[in-house]
Amino acid sequence: MAEKILLKGNEAIAISAIRNGIDGYFGYPITPQSEVMETLMKERPWLTTGMVVLQAESETSSINMVYGGAASGKKVMTSSSSPGISLMCEGISYLAGAELPCVIVDCQRGGPGLGTIQPSQSDYNQVVKGGGHGDYRNIVLAPASAQDMYDFVDLGFDLAFRYRNPVVILADGIVGQMMEKVELRPEKPRRSQEEVISDAPWAAVGKPSSRERNIITSLSLEADVQEKFNHKLQEKYDLIQEKEVRYETYRVEDAEYLFVAFGCSSRICEAATDLLREEGYKVGMLRPVTLFPFPAKVVSDMADKVRSMMSIELNLGQMVDDVRLAANGKCPVGFYGRQGGNIFTPDEIAEAFKKFNNFE
Amino acid sequence: MNIEDIKKPENLVYSKTPLLTDAVMHYCPGCSHGVVHKLVAEVIEEMGIQDKTVGISPVGCSVFAYNYIDIDWQQAAHGRAPALATAVKRLNPEKYVFTYQGDGDLCSIGTAEIIHACARGENILVIFINNGIYGMTGGQMAPTTLLGMKTSTTPYGRDAKLNGFPMVIAPMIAELDGTAYITRQSVHTAAAARKAKAAIRKGLEYSVKGVGLSFVEIVATCNSGWKLSPVEANRWMVENMFPKYPIGDIKDVLKDK
Repeated sequence: MAEKILLKGNEAIAISAIRNGIDGYFGYPITPQSEVMETLMKERPWLTTGMVVLQAESETSSINMVYGGAASGKKVMTSSSSPGISLMCEGISYLAGAELPCVIVDCQRGGPGLGTIQPSQSDYNQVVKGGGHGDYRNIVLAPASAQDMYDFVDLGFDLAFRYRNPVVILADGIVGQMMEKVELRPEKPRRSQEEVISDAPWAAVGKPSSRERNIITSLSLEADVQEKFNHKLQEKYDLIQEKEVRYETYRVEDAEYLFVAFGCSSRICEAATDLLREEGYKVGMLRPVTLFPFPAKVVSDMADKVRSMMSIELNLGQMVDDVRLAANGKCPVGFYGRQGGNIFTPDEIAEAFKKFNNFE
Repeated sequence: MNIEDIKKPENLVYSKTPLLTDAVMHYCPGCSHGVVHKLVAEVIEEMGIQDKTVGISPVGCSVFAYNYIDIDWQQAAHGRAPALATAVKRLNPEKYVFTYQGDGDLCSIGTAEIIHACARGENILVIFINNGIYGMTGGQMAPTTLLGMKTSTTPYGRDAKLNGFPMVIAPMIAELDGTAYITRQSVHTAAAARKAKAAIRKGLEYSVKGVGLSFVEIVATCNSGWKLSPVEANRWMVENMFPKYPIGDIKDVLKDK
C-alpha cells in the first residue's frame, strides 16, 4: 500500500519535486509559499537525487534561472505568490516566446499592490490570460488539495514538455498552508543526460558536431516571421484546448442550478451544494481543474440544461467572464466572491445563491 | 602567377576560425563587437570546447551574437543573462558557460543579476562590452557614459547633477569574495586584441576550476553612437575612456595567492 503522510500543500510541492526527479528549483521567499523552498533546503536533495536548489536574489532572477535551466533541457521550476508572480511575468512571457517547458507555482495572496498575505484567487486574470506581454497562454492547473499539489508537479512537467510551454499551478494561501493526507506516488528517478537530450533535442547545452547549433530565443524582427510564429503558437494553444481540458463535477446529474468554482473555492462550494440539496434545491458544481484550457464546452452544455449558474471565487469576479462567454447568454450567470483574505462559508454561498435566484 | 597559385596550405598565415559563421555581421564598420566575437570563437576552437560551451546573449547590439558564433546559445531578457548562466552552469557543471553583455544590459537593468552572480561565486565567464552608450536603441546615455559625453538623452553632455555619475562596476565586484578573475581589456590594436584573447581564454579556463566568477571587461568603441569615424573613435576611447576605465588586471585569485 502506498505511503500516506500529513503535509502542507506547499510541502507537498517540494516533496513531489524531489520524488519526481525534478532537476532544479529556483525561488525567492514570499508568504504564503515559503515552505516550498524551506522544505527543499531541509531535505537537501542535491545529496540524494542531485537536484539543484537555489535561493535567488529576486523573483525576476529566479524566473530567469528557470529560463536558463529549461533552455538546457532540464526539468526546472519555481514557486512564488502574487506580487512575486507579477515580477516574473516578463520571464514567463520569454519562456512562452521561446517555447520552454517549466512549472511555476503561484500560491495566491490578495492584491493589488502589497495587498495581504491572506489567501485569494485574484491572479486568475493575470495567470490564465497570460500576464506578460504578447499573445501567449500558460497551461494553468488549479489544485484544491495537498494531494493535487503533489500530483500536479508531475502532471505539470508532463504537459510542459509535451507542449513546450510554461505550466502554472495556480494554488492559493489555503491550499498551500492546509495540512492534509498525501499519498506518495511511486518515485521517478532524475533523467540521465542522454534522456534529457532525447526529451529535448532542441536544448542549448553544447553543440556536438553531429547537429546544427541550438538557439533558444524569442526574437524575430521580420514581421512575417513573427506573425507566422504567433500563428504557430495559437495552433498549439488550440490543440491544448482540444486535448487537455480537465474538470470535475459534483452532483450535476439532475442539477437545475450550477456552481462553477476552482481551487479551494470548489471545496467550500461542495459543502454549499450539499447544504442546498438538503433544502431541496437541485444544485450541482463544476470544478475546472485546468483554467487554461478552460472547460468552455462543458459550461456551454450545462448552460443548455440548468436554470442558472454562479461563479464562486475568492476575488471580485474574474473567472466569471469565462463562464459568461461559455454560457453565451443561454442561462443567467451570477457571481459571488470575497476579497481581502476573507473566505466565504458554505452558508454564505447558499445565501448568495438564494438571493441571485430570487428564492427569498 | 595568379591568386589561385598563392592560395596553398603552405602559404597560409591566417584563416577565419570555422566557429565564426559566414553570416554577414550587422555591426557597424569599426565597432568592437566583431573583433571580440572573433576572439571568443577562436578561443573556443583552440580549447576544443565547442560541444561543451553555452553562450548567453543579451539585449542590445550583441543580441544577435548567436548568428555569428557556431555554438549553442540562449538569448536572455534584458539584463538577466547572469541568472540564465547561473542555472545552466549549476545544472550542467561540466560545461563552459559565458554571458556576453553590454553596459546597459549589465550595468543598468541587470545590475542585481550581475552583482548576485558574483556574490554567489558562480563559475561562469562574463564578457562585458563597455562602450559608454546604448548602441542598438540609437545612442542613449548608458550607466558608463562619461561626464560631459553627448548622447541622444544627454544632448548637452552628461551632467552629474542631472544624470548622476558614471558606473564603474569592475572594482565594485572585485570586492566580492565570489569573483576569481577581473580584468579590463580593449581590442583597438592587434596587441590589445591578443591580450583580450588571452583574458577570455583564462576566464573560460577558470570557469571549470571552481574558483568563482571571471569578468572580462572590454572597453570598446561605438563609433556610430559616438558619431566619430572608426579611427577617431579609437583615439577618443584611448584619451577619454581609458582614464576612467584603466586597462589591466584588477583581480586574479590564482595569481594573487
